[in-house]
Amino acid sequence: MGLRPSPPDYARRKLRHEVERPVDRHVIALDVNGERRELLLPVHKTLLEVLREDMQLTGTKHGCELGECGTCTVLVDGKPELSCLLLPIQLEGRAITTVEGMAGGSQLHPLQQAFAELGAAQCGYCTPGILLASKSLLESNGKPTRDEIREALAGNLCRCTGYTKILEAVELAAGRMR
Amino acid sequence: MSQKFSVIGKPLPKVDAASRVTGQAVYADDMLLPRTLHCRILRSPHPHARIVSIDTSAAKRIPGVQAVITGADLPVKFGILPVTQDERALEHEKVRYVGDPIAAVAATEEEIAAAACDAIAVEYEVLEPVMSIDAALGKPKDERIQDYGGPNNIHKLVALEFGDVDGGFERADHVREDVFFFQGNTHLPMEQHSAIATYVDGKVTLWSSTQVVHYVHRALSKVLELPMNRIRVIGAAHGGGFGGKTDPFAHEIIVAKLAMITGRPVKCTLTREEVFYAHRGRHPVLMWVRTGVTRDGLITAMHFKSALDGGAYGSYGVASTFYTGALQTVTYDIPAYRFEGCRVFTNKPPCGPKRGHGTPQPRFAIELHLEKIAHDLGIDPVELKRRNFVKPMTRTVNWLRVTSCGLEECTERVVKASGYRTRKRQPGRGMGFAISSYLSGAGTAIYWNDMPHSEVQIKVDRGGVTAYCGAMDIGQGSDSVLAAVVAEELGLQPKDIRLVTADTDTTPIDLGSYSSRVTFMAGNAALEAARKMRALLVEAVEASGRRFGDVTFEEASVLAEARFGTLTSAGSYTPPKIAGPYKGSGVGPSPAYSYSACVVDLDADRRTGLLHINKVWIAHDVGRAINPLLVEGQVEGSVYMGLGEALMEEQTFRKGLHKWPSMLEYKSPTFLDMPEVATFIVETNDPEGPYGAKEAGQGPLLPVIPAVSAAVFDALGIWVDEVPVTPEKIVEALRRKDKGEPSRYGPQGFPDIPYPPTIKVEPPPKELDLAAPAAI
Repeated sequence: MGLRPSPPDYARRKLRHEVERPVDRHVIALDVNGERRELLLPVHKTLLEVLREDMQLTGTKHGCELGECGTCTVLVDGKPELSCLLLPIQLEGRAITTVEGMAGGSQLHPLQQAFAELGAAQCGYCTPGILLASKSLLESNGKPTRDEIREALAGNLCRCTGYTKILEAVELAAGRMR
Repeated sequence: MSQKFSVIGKPLPKVDAASRVTGQAVYADDMLLPRTLHCRILRSPHPHARIVSIDTSAAKRIPGVQAVITGADLPVKFGILPVTQDERALEHEKVRYVGDPIAAVAATEEEIAAAACDAIAVEYEVLEPVMSIDAALGKPKDERIQDYGGPNNIHKLVALEFGDVDGGFERADHVREDVFFFQGNTHLPMEQHSAIATYVDGKVTLWSSTQVVHYVHRALSKVLELPMNRIRVIGAAHGGGFGGKTDPFAHEIIVAKLAMITGRPVKCTLTREEVFYAHRGRHPVLMWVRTGVTRDGLITAMHFKSALDGGAYGSYGVASTFYTGALQTVTYDIPAYRFEGCRVFTNKPPCGPKRGHGTPQPRFAIELHLEKIAHDLGIDPVELKRRNFVKPMTRTVNWLRVTSCGLEECTERVVKASGYRTRKRQPGRGMGFAISSYLSGAGTAIYWNDMPHSEVQIKVDRGGVTAYCGAMDIGQGSDSVLAAVVAEELGLQPKDIRLVTADTDTTPIDLGSYSSRVTFMAGNAALEAARKMRALLVEAVEASGRRFGDVTFEEASVLAEARFGTLTSAGSYTPPKIAGPYKGSGVGPSPAYSYSACVVDLDADRRTGLLHINKVWIAHDVGRAINPLLVEGQVEGSVYMGLGEALMEEQTFRKGLHKWPSMLEYKSPTFLDMPEVATFIVETNDPEGPYGAKEAGQGPLLPVIPAVSAAVFDALGIWVDEVPVTPEKIVEALRRKDKGEPSRYGPQGFPDIPYPPTIKVEPPPKELDLAAPAAI
């Protein structure tokens, strides 16, 4: 944010871009939603950035980019992970699922269907992350209790819904998936 | 219900639900046009300083940097209210809070833009910051924050009196005074503000995460010094606002200017930290209230004083100030009322409107204050409040027109369902009750004009229906309301209606998603347009010797297009002119008020002060639920946000720096903190609302906060007269109680404020009570 005061000798200091820094780029193969893509990526770029900027998978959203809000949740080998804290180099050979990979063609996933029907998405910005975290939960526990759903989604903030309709939608989807 | 509806009243999914659950909705930051440049903004590290010099030469030398601008490039001031045009997109003379924008860079990559911001050298002359209401009331050590208002750092003063207040207090059997404080908090939308602009064919186009495309359009025109017809503002898919995206923002103007300079698209997405500093959230408000009542608890007079900590700029502050005094009378029949309000400037991010704009703070104060009066008199608090409930079809002492009012039914529903009256009294467990009311749209526009507040056009061709409206769907479902209204009138389903919304080029005006105005105002405009279209279709079908109900919509539209040519219709909504005859009467009037009642049940731990909310019962008078699913969503979301404010959310500062500018440290309720909510929709069929509908998005937040504090008293016998009600405050109040001191945590007094002489306003004549509302 640039909130630090500028030191008076700033003009004489070496600027950030002038500092010799080897540009460490790697060819990385990522398996996203069942599609394998090879990308030449700076090693420090996060999975979140790569998904959104290099793969045009903008369904994955960001709320803090510090691992605090859960908005950028994706699945890695079926488990929810925060894409803002992952580096693609860690993920070669792992199966990544984003919200774009949930529906089967134009057929919504039962969770997506339930979220739409029950109004569990208002602004919809936290929805992709919550859908994926819910998917992971239902795959390991087909009949979760309300407390188990709350626990599984406790890392995903939502400011619109008050969580109530999300809870109901996950229960509805779980019932339909059984 | 005598009317039969096929769409209205049905719990249908939102019209855009599929795009929201598949990740296909395009939010502003999802857009990446060819050749897009990325913008970062350099912001002030000081809460209060004069800018001596800005040197951008080093930044401009960095490869990849395409443009660097400072305040000299955007000198024209703007602001949401015409009376407070006190902001600049970039400041080059003086900064007034940490985060005030100073310079902006457009570069080929965001990292380069950030590096270039680091390379800008700014020389400051640091001034003494003003960080509290008390400090702002006193003489500034160095200089005032703004060069208007006053004395000292006072921004706005107001003093109004309606009816005979002194006489009312003389008549009272009991008079009580209390002081309350409501800490500031912020909207915390999940989506950071973002905007992207292009400059093509001499025209600016801006896509933004905003609640108010029209007001952004006006501000861009003013600051860029371009006519409005050279600017187009489009609302991108919206990731949450709650009032936080209701001002025109610096970054929106900056990307437009940078696009004009570079000829390339320019995008700026704020970081989460910047969102905390952009703010415009809930004002911290200190309040003093004095009320006289009869032995039976009937209010004879009320005197209410507020002091708002406004932050560094005007924003909506003048309106916020009036709102802290306006709506007390809309829930309780107060025969004589004096209001004195004051807003001060401090060196903090500007405050503005957050869900409930200026009214949750006085609602907290007045509900607890009446609760205390009930205890003084030995009357059940629900009963005391009920005796004072405002009646439908009346005028308040400050001239506000009340039409439909479901307070009685809302109260009945939550009191009964919660078992409030028969609750088991046990230490550590308590219930609290509170009510509230909110506007269904501000009755006056932000800038004075006689034009409609909302307009809708409908086009029908060969079976297709498209509705055009400037309304911005921020997730609350305004698109779904428009589609429902048009579908209902034309005998279709919402999914049959195509919508074009929130685009200043292609849609007629709607003032925006604020003040809970869209269902009422855009809904009425859509209703008018749809009924006109239906009349054309009916006429054409009947001319062919058949009846409208007997042909398909496609057939009807073909007959009508053949008969009349191009099929368009338009509708608009202008609120009735019902403001009282006094200065400041523009804040408060609304064509209709929603009403809510709430009971909170909680456990309070004496040892730790921790609260556990067991359940919330809430009833909301929405007039009519156009879509009950969406109304429930608004009510549940309001309860959630109210609990966040009641229990944990605080926007506070240390030496000008935000204490918690991150989503981890700024505490907000998670899934685990959210209790079960029992929602009751109450329908009073408002005479002027579309199908009788009123607002749902803001009112239900208001009673939750005082109900929590009242429940804490019920559980522990202590008053926490300050929001948020944190464990520390509870433990401290219990400690005082155990020591035999007043068992209370809250502000000790109210400062001396140089309010101007009170303007005395005659209450409205009695015959106005019965004045029939305008027919729709």
